[in-house]
Formats: sequence, C-alpha cells, structure tokens
Amino acid sequence: MMALRFEVLGRFNRARAARLTLPHFTSETPLFMPVGTQGTIKGLTTKQLEEIGCQIILGNTYHLALRPTSELIDELGGLHKFMNWPRALLTDSGGFQMVSLLHLADITEEGVTFQSPVDGKPMLLTPEESIQIQNRIGADIIMALDDVVKTTITGPRIEEAMHRTLRWIDRCIAAHKRPREQNLFGIVQGGLDPVLRDLCVQGLVERNLPGYAIGGLAGGEDKDSFWRVVAQCTASLPETKPRYVMGVGYPLDIVVCSALGADMYDCVYPTRTARFGTALVPGGVLRLKHQSMSADTRPIDSTCECMVCKKYTRAYLHCLVTKDAMGSQLLSYHNLYYMMQLSRNLHSSIIQGTFPEFVCNFLRNMFPKGDVPEWVCNAMEVAGVDISSCCHNT
Amino acid sequence: MPQAERRERIFDGAVQESKPENEKMKFAVKAWSKSGRARVGLLQLSSSFAQGGPPAKEIEIETPALLLTTRKGLPAFISPDHLSSLPSPDSRLLQFSPMHFMEGPNSNTISTIGGVHQLLGLPDYGFIALPRDSILSLPECSSSNKHGASFETPCGRFLVKPLEYMKMISSMKPDLWVSLADEVHASVTVKRNKASVDRTIRWLDDCISLKSTDGALFGSIVGGSSIEERQHCAQEVAKRNVSGFYLGGFGLGDNVDERSKLLHAVTDLLPKEKPRQVCGLGLPEEVLQGVAAGIDLFDSMYIYHLTLGGFALIFPLDGKCKQVWDSQQIAMGSDGTKINLKATIYRKDTSRIVDGCICYTCQNHTKAYINHLLNVHEMLAQILLEIHNTHHYLCFFRVIREAIREGRFAELRHTFIENRRDYLLAASLGSRVL
Ligand SMILES: [Zn+2]
Ligand SMILES: [Zn+2]
Repeated sequence: MMALRFEVLGRFNRARAARLTLPHFTSETPLFMPVGTQGTIKGLTTKQLEEIGCQIILGNTYHLALRPTSELIDELGGLHKFMNWPRALLTDSGGFQMVSLLHLADITEEGVTFQSPVDGKPMLLTPEESIQIQNRIGADIIMALDDVVKTTITGPRIEEAMHRTLRWIDRCIAAHKRPREQNLFGIVQGGLDPVLRDLCVQGLVERNLPGYAIGGLAGGEDKDSFWRVVAQCTASLPETKPRYVMGVGYPLDIVVCSALGADMYDCVYPTRTARFGTALVPGGVLRLKHQSMSADTRPIDSTCECMVCKKYTRAYLHCLVTKDAMGSQLLSYHNLYYMMQLSRNLHSSIIQGTFPEFVCNFLRNMFPKGDVPEWVCNAMEVAGVDISSCCHNT
Repeated sequence: MPQAERRERIFDGAVQESKPENEKMKFAVKAWSKSGRARVGLLQLSSSFAQGGPPAKEIEIETPALLLTTRKGLPAFISPDHLSSLPSPDSRLLQFSPMHFMEGPNSNTISTIGGVHQLLGLPDYGFIALPRDSILSLPECSSSNKHGASFETPCGRFLVKPLEYMKMISSMKPDLWVSLADEVHASVTVKRNKASVDRTIRWLDDCISLKSTDGALFGSIVGGSSIEERQHCAQEVAKRNVSGFYLGGFGLGDNVDERSKLLHAVTDLLPKEKPRQVCGLGLPEEVLQGVAAGIDLFDSMYIYHLTLGGFALIFPLDGKCKQVWDSQQIAMGSDGTKINLKATIYRKDTSRIVDGCICYTCQNHTKAYINHLLNVHEMLAQILLEIHNTHHYLCFFRVIREAIREGRFAELRHTFIENRRDYLLAASLGSRVL
C-alpha cells in the first residue's frame, strides 16, 4: 500500500528529475527539505516558506512528542492543521534524536530505552510506538525506527544494527495504521560496509515500501566513504521509488548525491548557519559577521532573486546578524531560498538535458581555481558527469 | 532593486536641492473634539525627496497615529513582506533612533546606500528619526553634559553632540527628524531640569544651523515636571523654524496623574497647525491621555513589550469597548485588554486571538499553536504576536480618530477607562470568591 506517486520526468545517466505526488502536495525532485523541528522553521512564517518554494518540511517526532505531544496534535487535527502548513510534511522516527541528544539512550531488541527528559524516568520507544506517534502527527512521509550507529564505529555492532533495522521494519509495517494517507519509508543501514549495505537494501526492497532512505551518513565519515555508500545504495534501490539521503544538506553534497541518483535531502544546516550569521552563496559561504562586510553595499548574492537580496546590503545585515532576531529571520529566508533554488535548478537542468553544464557551472563558482576535491571528481566519474572543464587537478 | 538602478538613485540623491521647511511635510487639522484639544489631522510626506529619485507617491497618514517602533529601522520581528500586510497607510510611519547604528553601518556607508529608505528597502515608508526610544536608546541624563546628550544602548553608552547627530541625520535622510534633546528623569533637581531646557534650546539652534537635509524638523520640548520650564521651552521652540514638535521627558519616571496638566500646558501654547509627537506614552490609557491633550504621533514600544511577554491585545474595537468578562481569563490575570498566550488554558484553544481580526496571525493561526510556540521558545511566536498586536493597535488608533470626528472622543476615553477599572475590580472579586 502506498500513498504516493513517483514519476521520473527526466534523467541524466543516474541523475533523475521526478514528480512526487504526496497526499498534501505534489513536489519536484531533487528536493531539499528544510527542518522545522518543533512545528515551525525557526523565524519564518508558513506564508514565507511557500514563497520561498518549500515543498516538504520536516518535523522531529522526538520534540513534537514531548511538546505539544502527539495526542494533542492528533486531537487538534494533525500537524498540517496545527501549524497551518498546506504542503507536505515528513517526520523522522525519533530514534536518531534520542540517541544523539540523550546521554543515557540505549538500544535493545525491544526499542530505544532512554531517560525521560521530563521526569528522569526510564522510557522505551519501540518501533510500534514510533509509528503510532507518527500516525498521530499525520505527516505525508513517516520514517521507520532504525538502529542508528555512528558510521565511524566499526565491528559487529554495525552488523547487529543492520539486522535489527530489518527486524524492526516488519514491526513498523505491522504497526502502521494509516498506509493510505501516510508513506512509510525504510532506512538503509550498514555503516560503510558494502556487503551489509547491500543486504539491507535487498531486505528493504523485498518489503516493497513507498520509498527508501539512506541512513547513517553525514555523521563524520570521510567524503570518499560517504559518496561510495550513496552510489552503492542508489544503484540497487528500485528506479521507481524515491530515495532520500538523511541529514545531508551541504549544497555540494546535494549536487553530488543527485548526480548519483538520490532525490531527497534534509538538514538543519541552512537555518542553523543563518543564526550564526553565515549566508549560502554560489561561491560557498559568506560570513556576514566579518568586519569586511560592515561597509559592503552589495547584496548577499547579486544573482539571487530573493526578497532579502533584492532589498538589503551586506552592510545592513552585518549590523543585524547574531544580535537582532531580524538578522536570523532574513538570513534564514535567503539560505532556504538558496537551497530551494538549487533544488529547482537540479530538477530543471536534468529535464532540459543540461545537467552537466549546471554541475560544471556550480563547481566553477564554488572552486574558481579549479581545485575541485578529488572525492567530487571520483563521484562524478561514477555518475557519468564530465566535469573536466572545471576541474584542473589531475 | 537592481544594482544599476540603485546606483542611479544614489547619484540623484547627491544632487537633490534643499526645499523650504514648509514643503517637506504638510499637516492639516481636519477635525477637533468638543473639548478643543484632541484632533484628527492629515500628515503628508512625499517619500521621493529622501532618495531624490523620480516622484514617488505621497504618504498620507491620518493622526492621531502610531509610529512603529523599530530596532535598526525594522520592527523587531515583522519582516518587510509581512509589514506590507498591515493596515495601510496606517502602518507606513516607522520610527528609529540614529543611535541604533552606533555600531554600524557608519554614516558614509548609509549615505552611499542612499539613506534609511534604501538601507531598509522601504522606499514607500515614512521614517522618523528620534534620538531616544524606549527600547534600544535610553537617555542617560546623569552622563549628559553641556556638549551633548548621553544614551544607553546595547552596544554601550554614547555621548552625542549636535554636530555628530546632524552628521547622522544628513546621511540617513529621514522624512522627519527630532532635534537633539537633553531628556532628564523626572526625579532630577530643579537646577538640572533648568539646564536641560537651556541645552535643548541651544542644541535646537545648533541643529538648525548645521542641517543639510530635506527632512522636516521637529523641535524638542523638555522641562520635566515643571510647568513653567515646559512652557518656557515650548515658547522658545515655537519661535524657531520647525515643522512640528516633540514633547520629550515622558515615560521617564513622571507621574501619570500629573501628566495631563503638563501636556496641556505645552500643547496649549503650541501653534495648532503643526503636529506634535511624544515618546513614552504607550498603554491605551496613556495614548488616550495624550490624544486628549492634542498629541498627534505616538510610538509603539508598548507593542514590543507585550509581544516579548507573550501577550496578545484583545480589547474590542467597536468604539464602545464593551467587555465580555470571562472568568477563566480573569483567573489567568488578564486585565480585559490583553491575554497571556503562555497560559495553559490556551493549550487546546483552536480559536483565533480575536474573532474577526483580519491580521495575518488571526487569519492563519490558533491560540493553541502560539501557546505551543511560546512553550518551546520559538521565534515565530513573537513574529505572530507582533503582527497581531501592531494590527490591533493600529485599529485602536482608527477607532480614536473616528470617535474624535464623530464627537465621541471623551465618551470613548471614559468608557475605556471605566471598563478596565470594572474589569480589574471583577477580577479581584473573582479571585476572592475562588
Ligand atoms: Zn537571496
Ligand atoms: Zn489578529
């Protein structure tokens, strides 16, 4: 059973541009999904998120279950209605947040045990419970509870986690009460081990889920390992289902993963970095706190069409960032606009058959000296995208 | 705005010609209340002169009006796209202090950008520069001296002399600006108060002789709680070539009960055809008190403080100010004019802050959602509250203007205050019963 339609509209080798029809919105991939942890993207209204072009936004199950609680969200008609977001939503399983935020979280066969941040009592999040909470929140896409292990860990724990993730997916599927309205995505685990990743992909694909996520990345592994895992998983996941690389959000990573055939991404990076005064620009990042910005009368990015770039100078933003709420509002607006424009450009260049030109242009802006990192060159070779024109290191 | 166009405007701005004082701003009284002090006026600004560009449309605002208090030229939480969804033209006057920019951008940079209208990306808005506000630039009278006024700001204390002040004004090119004043706390000695009047008049003369801007000048009137000093100051300032008046020294420890007397003593001496601005009268009762004394322009720092506290304005805007007393609201410490959305009773409340309010917040969000945002300390709570509260307060000013025009102002003021008193009484009785 699935509550989505995934139509590939164009391809360039492994890269694809698709239309993803979800219960609340029809979105276009490749797609960056901003993170709205507690039922809001920090500092932006839903009207602005629509203007920016956001199509799917994330809610964090762990945070929402604590406050305002999934029962309350359910009683008030689901998260879409609660936060007045007419477009699509995705919730994570809550497991990753627990393991990364709580010191005393421990994973057993039953689920994730943790100390309640409210009263300190021991608590347990089972796959069944994670799905039940996500059913109450009501997002278009919900994620299976997986056994998350840091990619930097090696040894038998990785294998155990992969097998447990497969055992848990069946419990998630069995617990899922709203398959006609919500799409359950399975998460590929297996660390950096190609054999384990392969077993996990096969196991999940047998379950015929509406979509698949590649998990356990963006956790400090080296870039070469990172892209190889993505490349391996995208090569064996079904062509007809969306592929979501979890926690990935640097523009360069998104371009590389899209070239390798991934479709969806999420990251707190664009909004978090905005709060620290950093703007995303074609050349990389612009640190607006820097003294050199204080008299700079140019916009953040002269090629950006967003409200902030049309109205404000770097000099003005320099005096706002990290001091005034408006500084983080305006920078978050620009950064999300940048990410959504990147998504739109990826989608349209694949459809128009100009994907390699887009990639080269992107890399030329980011690495004007031609010093494109080797891992990017290697990944692009596997993706069949010729970047020799912007890549001068041999 | 594209770079080329922006540059062109800056160039035009550099060759602008100085206009005579009476053409920079127009003001006309349209209606008087029965008491003869409260008035409805029309303030007209031509927004184009500040940038020197092609003639832009005029901003016409009816008074009594609310000036939106800003941090560095923008409301604390309302971004420019949401600013434009507030009632217009009512919301088109923004107040800022040049002291907000002490840490930058510097005068040269602001000048290069083309002044505050360009800096803030709001060419169609009117900007009013005032040395002090009640948020980021507080007068620090114990450090002021004969050379200049001292202000406490988030980036430190600054002594500002007339020459520096005028340098800031001419780079910022506001539509209206207030002369540098020595605003003192109500508790200062008679001697210190007298000195503040002398300085303020002298600095006004300095500002007039140094000015190189087209913005209309409002002369500052101080004098603390001394009627004689205030009257002396008002008479001196009224002799000068000014477009309007700013009544300083309020909201600085002054006694609310004696305020009407002081306000009247000043406004009765001022020429009727020029606008009067005040800072530091924020509460609805204080606004009504100011309007009754013939004040035309108020600041909105009250909205800012409400918003930070999680409060939403709810008092009726039908001009009758009839209250429905809700025992639950009373129990939550509401005073009938506002509610605190942090209160647990709003946890599941899917109603709007004010039924029928057409602001962005009420059109899109419930009390339950804002309660959640406040609980988890999300900035969207302040954004939504500032939008609603500003909208609501702008509508309050509309109600005031209508009442003056229809000869009901005294009645409106009386009813509002009586209702609030009754509400507080009911609240105290209610809590006793509980
Ligand atoms: Zn931009
Ligand atoms: Zn409202």
